[in-house]
Amino acid sequence: MTGFPSDLRYTNDHEWLKAQGTSWRVGITQFAVDQLGDITLVDLPKEGDLVTKGQRFGTIESVKSVSDLYAPVSGRVTAVNAALKDAPESVNSDPYGAGWMIEIEADESSEVDELLSAADYTTHVSAQ
Amino acid sequence: MSTDRRKTPLWDVHKQLGARLIDFGGWDMPVQYTAGTIKEHKAVREAVGLFDVSHMGEAYLRGPRVREAVEQLTTNNVAAAPAGKAVYTLLCRPSGGIVDDCIFYKRSDDEFFVIVNASNTTKDLEWFREQTRGLCDVVDVSDETSLVAVQGPKAIAMVDKLAGGTLGALTSFTFADATVAGVRCVAARTGYTGEDGFELACANADAPKLWTALLEAATPLGGLPVGLGARDTLRLEAKLPLYGNDLDDDHTPIEAGLGWAVKLDNRDFIGASVLRAQKANGVTRQLVGFKIDESVRAFARHGYPVVDRNVTPPVIGTVTSGGPGICVGGAIGLAYVPVARAAAGTPLTIDCRGKDVPATVVSGKFYKRS
Repeated sequence: MTGFPSDLRYTNDHEWLKAQGTSWRVGITQFAVDQLGDITLVDLPKEGDLVTKGQRFGTIESVKSVSDLYAPVSGRVTAVNAALKDAPESVNSDPYGAGWMIEIEADESSEVDELLSAADYTTHVSAQ
Repeated sequence: MSTDRRKTPLWDVHKQLGARLIDFGGWDMPVQYTAGTIKEHKAVREAVGLFDVSHMGEAYLRGPRVREAVEQLTTNNVAAAPAGKAVYTLLCRPSGGIVDDCIFYKRSDDEFFVIVNASNTTKDLEWFREQTRGLCDVVDVSDETSLVAVQGPKAIAMVDKLAGGTLGALTSFTFADATVAGVRCVAARTGYTGEDGFELACANADAPKLWTALLEAATPLGGLPVGLGARDTLRLEAKLPLYGNDLDDDHTPIEAGLGWAVKLDNRDFIGASVLRAQKANGVTRQLVGFKIDESVRAFARHGYPVVDRNVTPPVIGTVTSGGPGICVGGAIGLAYVPVARAAAGTPLTIDCRGKDVPATVVSGKFYKRS
């Protein structure tokens, strides 16, 4: 398995987070992409919506299945990748770049400590 | 990784090709290869695709009274078919509910070959034995038989060449014993994709040799190995029902729109009286194709309710299959709805995970090959 970028943080639900100013940019990992196959639809919240850690903030559909996206932290959505509406396949081709999904301004910085490092996430994935 | 799943004789080959394997009814099967479902789907529509469907069940029914046995089991005219003919049929219960759908191959008046759905193999063979009560021998050859489907506009010429020109003349829904790339097999001009093609049954030991020769021939033609993911999107576009999704014990072939495979004239097979009444008096619900309105981005999946918010209770039907129409575009699917809502153009509402999504009934196949 190819390595997970070390500058990102991860969740057990196979999402990545990247510090982006005062917000966290959120997407799904290569591992999740490989499991899903060709992605055909990404349904995301609107800018300004509030999301709660562990709660569904959107859905992602692949050719075969539909999966929930869970908020990795609580906060306000400050940006949404509108390009995914017409090009959901960007999540397949560039999950850490053009395939990003939303940016969240987190409520409590303490939640962030629970996020996994690349090494911890690699361990988590190899146990699956 | 799980090792208790059953493996086809081509499992190592799939691994080498980089397939992603999933549990499919207890079998470790490729859901996709490295190209991915969308490219695999398109390769079958535009060129040729290879499918390992060795997990399917195969059996022989044999004996001097086998025609009587087959006549009882099948809704279609299987027993009376000429030798060399392959016939799609339903197996029904006395209630008219569907045990399975399958293809019978008539080898002679004393011998039939049958290919059944993988997940139903045990059930079907028990059903055959139980219902035919010694009228014929039922010989399960599933564990020694491999099955490779070669599908797409380039499939016929490609396989014919590997068979030394012996298979090109085989017409649709007929079969013959053949030698393909040096491998003895039964070649049938059948499939489950909406494309022309062959399904080749051979001995397990020969399967890797056959597959490798087919893949070598297919690659320069733009062909690909194809996983179960694209097998499902292909069959849905061609409106071919899938047992367990669209067909089951609780629905009859008439409700499923398979009346063309139910031949009732001068016949008395298992379930015939119920199906005869349904053909004469009509049914209350029907399997229809639908397309989700293009203004909405959503897919309807198996089990999503079809609703009418103006009636109580609001659930009026159920989606049985759904997903992207990879070559026809948009989001397509199949659903059981009341007959009053089954006409082409009828608007439907589908509850897609809590969101009411507008859809329209579409008649005929979503995809029809030119």
